[in-house]
Amino acid sequence: MSQITIEPVSRIEGHAAIRLFLDDTGQVRDARFQVTQVRGFEQFVVGRPFSEMPSLTARICGICPVSHELASAKACDQLLAVAIPPTATKLRCLLNLAQLVQSHALSFFYLSGPDLLLGMDHPPETRNFFGLAAADPQFARDGIRIRQFGQQAIERLAGRRIHPSWVVPGGVNSPLTAANREAILADLPSIKTLVSAHLDRFKQTLDGHAEAIGVFANFPSMFLGLVNEEGTLEHYQGRLRFIDAGGAPVGTDLDPSDYQQVIGEAVEPWTYLKFPYYRPLGYPEGMYRVGPLARLNLAARCGTELADRELALFRELATGPVLSMFHAHYARLIETLYAVERIEELLADPQILDQRIRAEAGVNSLEGIGVTEAPRGTLMHHYRVNEDGLIQWINLIIATGHNNLAMQRGILQAARHFLTGTTLREGLLNRIEAVIRTFDPCLSCSTHAVGSMPMIVELIGPDGAILDHLRR
Amino acid sequence: MSDTILTLTIDGQPVSGLATETILQIARENKIDIPTLCYLEGLSAVGSCRLCMVEIEGSPKLHPACVTLIQEGMVVTTQTERLQGYRRNIVQLLFAERNHVCSVCVSNGHCELQELAHKLGVDHIAFPGCYPELEVDASHRRFVLDHNRCVLCTRCVRVCAEIEGAHTWDVKNRGMRSRIVADLDTPWGDSATCTGCGKCVHVCPTGALSEKGKSVAEMLKKRPSLPYLVANRTEERQ
Repeated sequence: MSQITIEPVSRIEGHAAIRLFLDDTGQVRDARFQVTQVRGFEQFVVGRPFSEMPSLTARICGICPVSHELASAKACDQLLAVAIPPTATKLRCLLNLAQLVQSHALSFFYLSGPDLLLGMDHPPETRNFFGLAAADPQFARDGIRIRQFGQQAIERLAGRRIHPSWVVPGGVNSPLTAANREAILADLPSIKTLVSAHLDRFKQTLDGHAEAIGVFANFPSMFLGLVNEEGTLEHYQGRLRFIDAGGAPVGTDLDPSDYQQVIGEAVEPWTYLKFPYYRPLGYPEGMYRVGPLARLNLAARCGTELADRELALFRELATGPVLSMFHAHYARLIETLYAVERIEELLADPQILDQRIRAEAGVNSLEGIGVTEAPRGTLMHHYRVNEDGLIQWINLIIATGHNNLAMQRGILQAARHFLTGTTLREGLLNRIEAVIRTFDPCLSCSTHAVGSMPMIVELIGPDGAILDHLRR
Repeated sequence: MSDTILTLTIDGQPVSGLATETILQIARENKIDIPTLCYLEGLSAVGSCRLCMVEIEGSPKLHPACVTLIQEGMVVTTQTERLQGYRRNIVQLLFAERNHVCSVCVSNGHCELQELAHKLGVDHIAFPGCYPELEVDASHRRFVLDHNRCVLCTRCVRVCAEIEGAHTWDVKNRGMRSRIVADLDTPWGDSATCTGCGKCVHVCPTGALSEKGKSVAEMLKKRPSLPYLVANRTEERQ
């Protein structure tokens, strides 16, 4: 058996290696996406007061600290056993949407933009955001501007862009000011125009990506996400729903607090990233996907005018759920448009400036589970505390973890398609990495692991010998 | 004797005060800044943190300004490079001794240790951290004691004994093993003497003592009430 290793994997958040195993005939037999760091958050928060958890778990990630704060605060709300004021819920929703905009802009424009615009075979020296900015300065500027809008909205709500300590158990700790509301509103029209324009531009390029669409993790799978009572796109609350590859609901929608009834977690000795699976189907058959593609497949509609128009076009890609992960890029742009529209709606609500934004209480329940939709997918925080409110045990399931089985399968599919022979060609490896990028994985989150993201690919022969090796 | 006015020089500035006053008091009256941590106006001075050490002309050793009475003709220097170096070392050692993680601390942005580090230009810790495994006592209904953030200044011990009159807090063990304890080392929530007044929380310079339920950076402390309390009690006694 031969093996190919891609290490480090680049332009994703975290550290990883890809190992491709070849059989005697030189065909790819198996593929492994291996995450190589561990951080230990689930251990070292034990003994800390629960009220610190939103800020402590925010440190898992510098890209989406806000997502962790929100899931954490929701788990803490359950420890308080309170219903938080409606304005606090709306402000948290706003923050989550601003986070969605900045993170999606990062994924699409900064991380995947170089592949999409410069091409998969573009020389790796300039196949990055700087090369992209040189080739198409306006595209780069627009990407930066859209991300800036999201980051500034976070700052205007929460006081700072990275690791704000605004989201607290029971609500948020300061109301939105009228001035900040106006400032966010003032930027909205131009951002909406920009996002729409890039969505149109992306749709026009789809024909040129037919090969990638065909083999980028394009297979039947279940999808998981939150759905609300109206069935519209939801990122903050609601119930958990699984659908199958045909789009039919699997089982009944669940209270997020019951996630353990349907989600099991497997571990493998060769990676630090856990493998969540759908319990009734077992491991590893219980593969499912989360994230923007899953959310659009799950939602009956977006609930905002422009995004719903785009969703209708998106639905024409397939008769049932859209299965190719390449279309996660497409879904990300539609979600960004939705987020901008929804931010406008929430800011127009007079209640958004209400001063009652926090429920005060002590520990009234010893267990709390908070589930939200982070940009990359469903995020779960599960805490147990003692009577004094000190953390005794926690479990975190992060979007990239949910997607782990599908990422492994996606790499295998792309490797089988693109790899021939036992030598490695850079452009082909980049296509395999690009599959990973469609999932927009955040490995620092999912293993709670440190670092920026290099990648190694190793090609391993039937005898276990390393035939070829590429490192970036 | 107590109303004799003495004159002296602090940092080249001629100043004067009563014989019962300390170098620190006279310096502060004259807007000369000497850093302190264990000292708090309204409580007895113990001179334990050593941040207020100053040089006195003619004396080979350093003197803690908070417990050194002024003398006629004294020439005091408060800001030499040597003193600043010692102060930076003290602050670094405090950070290295326990687990001070400012970014996730309830007192972030409102902490005297953090302010001192900022003022003295301590931007990194040159000593290896001890990272002791310390517990959090959250057994009290309203308050939390986090040993990870404690600098053993004993302000809580003194305010409880001297102002509230309960003497709930004390110190057990010695040196690095020292810990603040309630009563005879019971969980705070089980203390028979604690009145729940919260003065200890509000005089604590760091996030070691805080109100329960406060999130990161939310613990604002109300300190200036002590001289007022002391003044009222003194009048009653007279």
